[in-house]
Amino acid sequence: MSLVNFTTREITCKIVYYGPGRSGKTTNLQYIYGRVPDSRRGRMVSLATQTDRTLFFDFLPLDLGVISGFTTRFQLYTVPGQVYYNATRKLVLQGTDGVVFVADSQARRLDDNLESLQNLQANLLAQGVDVRQFPMVLQYNKQDLPQDLVLTSSDMDESLNFFGLKSFPADAVRGTGVFETLKGISELVLKRLAAGSSAT
Amino acid sequence: MSTPLNPRYRFDNYVVGAANKLAATAARAVAESPGAVYNPLFVYAGSGLGKTHLLMAIGHAAQEINPQVTVEYLTLDDFVEAFHTAIAAGQGDAYRRRYAEVGVLLVDDVQFLTHRREMQAELLRLTNTMLSSGRQIVLSSDRPPNEIEALDERLIQRFAGGLVIDISAPDFETRVAILRRQAEERKAQVDASVIETVAQLPLGSVRELIGALNRLIAFQAVSDKPLDPQQARAVLGRVGVVKQPSLAPAEGPPVPLNHANLESHLPREPEAVPPPEEEPVLSGDEFGSFLSEIQSAVARQVEPWRVRVNEAILFWDGEGYRVDRLRHILAEPSPENPEAALGAYIEDIERLKLLQAEMQELDPTAAGTALFRDPDRLSEALTETDRARQGASPPPGPSPLWTMDSFIESPSNRMSVRSAQAVVAEPGTTYNPLVITGSSGVGKTHLLHAIGNALAAKPKEVVACLGTQDFVDDLIKAIDKDRVNWWRIRYRRITALLLDDIHLLSGKERSQEELFWLFNLLHEGGKQMVFTSAVSLQEIEGLESRLQTRLNGGLVLELPAPDREVRAAIIARLLVERNLPADQELADYLAGRPADSVRSLPEMLQRVLHESEERHVKANAALAREVLEGSPAAPLRRSAAYRTSGVLSPTGGLRSREKMVWDWPSLTDRVIEDLR
Repeated sequence: MSLVNFTTREITCKIVYYGPGRSGKTTNLQYIYGRVPDSRRGRMVSLATQTDRTLFFDFLPLDLGVISGFTTRFQLYTVPGQVYYNATRKLVLQGTDGVVFVADSQARRLDDNLESLQNLQANLLAQGVDVRQFPMVLQYNKQDLPQDLVLTSSDMDESLNFFGLKSFPADAVRGTGVFETLKGISELVLKRLAAGSSAT
Repeated sequence: MSTPLNPRYRFDNYVVGAANKLAATAARAVAESPGAVYNPLFVYAGSGLGKTHLLMAIGHAAQEINPQVTVEYLTLDDFVEAFHTAIAAGQGDAYRRRYAEVGVLLVDDVQFLTHRREMQAELLRLTNTMLSSGRQIVLSSDRPPNEIEALDERLIQRFAGGLVIDISAPDFETRVAILRRQAEERKAQVDASVIETVAQLPLGSVRELIGALNRLIAFQAVSDKPLDPQQARAVLGRVGVVKQPSLAPAEGPPVPLNHANLESHLPREPEAVPPPEEEPVLSGDEFGSFLSEIQSAVARQVEPWRVRVNEAILFWDGEGYRVDRLRHILAEPSPENPEAALGAYIEDIERLKLLQAEMQELDPTAAGTALFRDPDRLSEALTETDRARQGASPPPGPSPLWTMDSFIESPSNRMSVRSAQAVVAEPGTTYNPLVITGSSGVGKTHLLHAIGNALAAKPKEVVACLGTQDFVDDLIKAIDKDRVNWWRIRYRRITALLLDDIHLLSGKERSQEELFWLFNLLHEGGKQMVFTSAVSLQEIEGLESRLQTRLNGGLVLELPAPDREVRAAIIARLLVERNLPADQELADYLAGRPADSVRSLPEMLQRVLHESEERHVKANAALAREVLEGSPAAPLRRSAAYRTSGVLSPTGGLRSREKMVWDWPSLTDRVIEDLR
């Protein structure tokens, strides 16, 4: 996917929120949606089951206006976290420019986090993407839960952050760390602009 | 009634960017040749995007190019008002007549035609008149014709019949360019980063953009030092806020900005101070700060030079130039001075353009080559043009197929061959000109090209060896394209002129004249000339005597019909070429047959071979005798001009058996035909 198109003078970034089921990916998007002025956001598309689980994916287009002469758009996606929706996850991951891995900080869900992270690596690898050289950040969500239920950021780093990625503690329901995470991934994605622009 | 053209609205100060390039190009074309291209020209664009500027620029340019042309600019309101006044005064006809003198009519704000039936009819009539008399009409509107409410369908069709073109909002770079020019015009020192800050404002029109700049200049005028981007943002932040109300939190009634309260408008939080390139944070919320960071990240990553180089690639690639050098700049992670490299590239292109234009005059075919589209080959293009300046790309040279070695010498043509050799040995001195006459097919062309090849083999020899018909055609082409001088330069550079079939000059006065001057020039310069003619010089009708005497002044030789020795040698060579056994008897027999032209020999042999193939017998003298003498089919009568020369390859073989002429008339018939 071309990030910078000099012909049409557009910058388009596709960012996918990935993670185990119920880790708070859709909540991240909903919080962002709520903070974006009407003129800047498209309709948030959310396909959920009756129990409010993401069935297919959420999609939130953000129009950041003209920056340095380029019409800049961000497209935020989430994937369904449940293990059995891997085909959908693969589909959503296609052509992504960056990934936010939303981990559930609850100690009991550590295995789910690991499984999902491995699944992400496998799915990216299937597309020929090496996760070590790919814009990606970690978000440790639900840090607001009682201390005895959750792992601290440093514990989470030790368990999940094998590649030394940027990580952000968060409470997506209240929005703590949500925009920090988005800024973090955007920065990484945009850093690749210069490298990728000559190819377009 | 009409509005005078604003002297400030000219093409010189019309900033062209991607958004208005097409419109500007069309406008220039219209100004250069009013009525000839894009008539009517209909320009539409949102308010403040330069329609009026463009219209008036057309007017100015048209007048500059042709001071005789009458240009009239009027807004639709002027048009309506004038019409109403005229009708009220009962002078409708006079009103109509006044446009009869106008060469370029510029009508602004046509969108106000909505629901004005009578004005639409009047404009339709005027448009028709202008179009039918080949005069230019240019119209502008804020929307395309088909979106002007209740506009007459016929008018829409008229407009669509010319060129309907739009101007969109200028891109960032164009906005910067416009602001810079404005600042220059106002002689105001505005910092480059401040200009970029203004250019980044979400303003849709150029007018608003200039308004924002004016505001800054006004502030700066009462300040003791130039504004920095941060202050500029504070001054202009409100412009953005006003334009984007949804993005701004309620801030209470706007407070007029002045120097006393400017400070209070500056960002207060030190940690939120963005880098200088950044656009102002439009809202204090999380999204605003996110947006601000993205903006600075994009500005950092999409470096201006990269944008410019990319744009240059798109543009010059579109113009058909090679852009490898620019791609190379982009491929480098951090090139040393990309702007200078880009500048050098554009400079090279400009030079290429000049060279190509010059080459177009000198040698149009060479001007079309890829050489003039590749700035990396500028030096080659320079050399090529230089060569052309000296009259390079000489006329056609001799055909390499005819050499002196392959010309069969015999007692009958020995004199011609020896003379040719003498000419080759000392060109321009012994026999100049050498004129070889002889009937068709005796080998004149072969000998001519053989001399040409021998001369061309010498260093620094530029030999022109061509048929007279080509010589004449080339001259006609040059006359047609008004490039006779170039044609002369080409021929003056040659060191030897060899013209085949000079008798074809008969009656071609201009060619004879040009040849006369060329002859004198070459003769004076000691350059060799060789001519052939199918008839003796005295018999050439319509050849000027001044040329005739000059041709006779050298050596005139007649090349006789091939004698038996020549024929035998040719037959022997043909047998070898066809991988046939050397049959002395057959060769002797065929050589003994009467032949007035070398060209008839392969034909004769072919008939025998064909017959031998048909009958599955060996080709020998007996068969040949039977084929050529015994009970031939009644020969068809042919005119003397009927020749096989189009069928024969230069080496004497046949290219295609299908093209073979089987029922060649007997030679005696031909002779009788000739005598008649």
